[in-house]
Amino acid sequence: MRKDLLGIADLTPFEVSMILDLAESTKSISERTVKKVPTLRGRTIVNLFFEPSTRTRLSFEIAQKRLSADTVNFSVSGSSISKGETLVDTAKNLAAMSPSVVVIRHGVAGYPHRLAKLMDASVINAGDGFHEHPTQALLDLMTIREKKGEVKGLKVAILGDIARSRVAGSNILCLTKVGAAVTVMGPSSMLPLHVRRLGVNVAPNLKEAITGKDVVMVLRIQAERDEAPRFPSLREYNRYFGLKMEHLKYLKSDCIIMHAGPLNRGVEIDPEVADGPLSVILDQVANGVAIRMAVLLLLLGGRSIYEVSD
Amino acid sequence: MRLVIKGGRIISPGDRIDYVGDILLENSRIKRVSRRPIDIEDALVVRPGGKPGKSSKKADEIVLDAQGLVVAPGFIDIHVHFREPGREDAETIETGMKAAAVGGFTSVMTMPNTYPVNDTQSTTLFILQKAANIGLIHVFPAGAITRGMKGRALAAIGEMAEAGIVAITDDGHCVMDGTIMRRALEYASDFGVRIVSHSEDTTLSAGGVMHEGFVSTRLGLPPIPQQAETVMVYRDISLSGLTGIPIHIAHVSTRESVELIRRAKDAGIKVTAEVTPHHLTLTDEAVDESDYDTSTKVNPPLRTQDDVDALVEGLLDGTIDAIATDHAPHTTTDKEQDYLAAPFGIVGLESAVPVCLDRVCAKRQVPLEILIQKFTTGPADALGLKKGRLAKGDIADITILDPAKDVTIDPAKFYSMGRNCPFGGWSLVGAPVCTITSGQIKTIDGRLV
Repeated sequence: MRKDLLGIADLTPFEVSMILDLAESTKSISERTVKKVPTLRGRTIVNLFFEPSTRTRLSFEIAQKRLSADTVNFSVSGSSISKGETLVDTAKNLAAMSPSVVVIRHGVAGYPHRLAKLMDASVINAGDGFHEHPTQALLDLMTIREKKGEVKGLKVAILGDIARSRVAGSNILCLTKVGAAVTVMGPSSMLPLHVRRLGVNVAPNLKEAITGKDVVMVLRIQAERDEAPRFPSLREYNRYFGLKMEHLKYLKSDCIIMHAGPLNRGVEIDPEVADGPLSVILDQVANGVAIRMAVLLLLLGGRSIYEVSD
Repeated sequence: MRLVIKGGRIISPGDRIDYVGDILLENSRIKRVSRRPIDIEDALVVRPGGKPGKSSKKADEIVLDAQGLVVAPGFIDIHVHFREPGREDAETIETGMKAAAVGGFTSVMTMPNTYPVNDTQSTTLFILQKAANIGLIHVFPAGAITRGMKGRALAAIGEMAEAGIVAITDDGHCVMDGTIMRRALEYASDFGVRIVSHSEDTTLSAGGVMHEGFVSTRLGLPPIPQQAETVMVYRDISLSGLTGIPIHIAHVSTRESVELIRRAKDAGIKVTAEVTPHHLTLTDEAVDESDYDTSTKVNPPLRTQDDVDALVEGLLDGTIDAIATDHAPHTTTDKEQDYLAAPFGIVGLESAVPVCLDRVCAKRQVPLEILIQKFTTGPADALGLKKGRLAKGDIADITILDPAKDVTIDPAKFYSMGRNCPFGGWSLVGAPVCTITSGQIKTIDGRLV
């Protein structure tokens, strides 16, 4: 078994399905009255978040607690780590405290990868810059598989800020890896150069992007990231790129609508759509805990953890 | 409603037509263009240069006698400033449209630097509504690239596109922030809107009022180096190369810009360019010769003879796609200030065609069909307008020229409210004599019908 989960890029399709299979078992733990197994008792896990996060951090922490690990949360504001300490020093200090796992989110792509090289502990990437967010892609895939069965051959549209979304980054890698056909659409100012070389189609507009798709994935607009704005206003974004009720007629009746959250209601997705019958947004959240439990078990326990489901 | 234009030399570069023949217009559209005579009976006969007859608008069947004249697709000026809304004391949409029609133009693109700036759907709709009510010619508004043309946040490009803008530009200002310019290119491309760059590094040009050279040294006026233009032309070309999205460079004025654009076109970059009649015919010496007449104050400034020569070469070899006037009316009060305080700008709509026929075609041996191309398909294709040709079914816009007509430019008689024209008093040979918009005769012999 590998030491770290840094990205979807280096996972094999077999590993992806192994994680998903295990997550089906770990999901059942969350459905019990006593939502706890002793598997990771005595293991120390550090959740190191250099960027604000609610959902992902909570999801990891719940997953860890349900596996009986000792967790330490570490948000960066106010800590010495943010005050100019080098990456290497951070790694050495962390390693000296002998955690089993470090879950890390950082605003700069590659930070978890560098850290992983410098520590014996397992490193889980909880989002690095505009690069990857592997557990998000895995929980999205789990949700799609739950709703659709076979993923191979499914048509998936990903809408929004493709250039700066690690959710899109990992999902494109993950979905193409398991044989789904991915179409992306967003303002041209939000598409990265050579995006087609990732193996995706680029749709010219929202209508074409979503027509006939099995899955429509809406990305959060990160308006706060705009050093040089990529669109005129949130209003105009919603008008031309937001998923609205009027678009539902182009969707297959069994299409599912996904969003990694948090929602900007009325910007990239209208409330009626986010709360409507096609939305699986809360299923994604539920599956997030299961996926993170599965990843922790696989990294720490190897194959023997299959036993926990008994 | 039928109109036959008889016996003129029809030159339409976009249709590869250059022969003597007839054109039949029916219900505002081109019905037929033919070498063979097209005849309609009981028609009112009109002849430019003849004595002004009764109003031809009432006649339902008209024959326009164009023998000895040149008949071309309606001329397009993709760079005009009509000062409405906001500065109706300098020009209105109506006076601007009249000046354009009399000057031989059937379509214009209006710049967005009005008050308020055309950076929202409502201003775009106002301009289009006004223009539609006047109806003399076609008005294509350009919207701003950035909100308030301040260079920071993008204007409502999508919403303006929906309302009818064909391009965006911060003309008069340069979008100095390269990333904003890039995002604007990318975002506008999703809405089929072209981007027009006023390429000027304002950190190099700041404070200057004329071309930097020996004349500026002699005259003691603050100079603008030609590099202020060329470094920004290069940036804009590079951004087009990076994104693969077309860019149009407004009012190119230097040899180096022409060479940069030529090289970019050879490399397959989708760059187009326009030049003004004044940059094709005047040099910085005009500032001296006119004794600091502020009608020579224009941005970009009048350059050197070497630059003029390069611009003519650029027209000939296709590096420069269009001639556009940059018609920039100002009140006499504004222009009667000293050379520093007076605003930049030259009016051009009513002098452009005679100046080009005489001083570009005749004097510089630019073939007439090339000149016509720079006023028709050149600008239309640069901005993706469905104009500038005489194909069956096209909206019937026609410009008729008399290449032998003697004219003297008299700014006092302009339909435009602007008098800031450096060509005043020039005696020229060749002029527009009739403008037809959507199948209707709008001007004959320099007068509105």
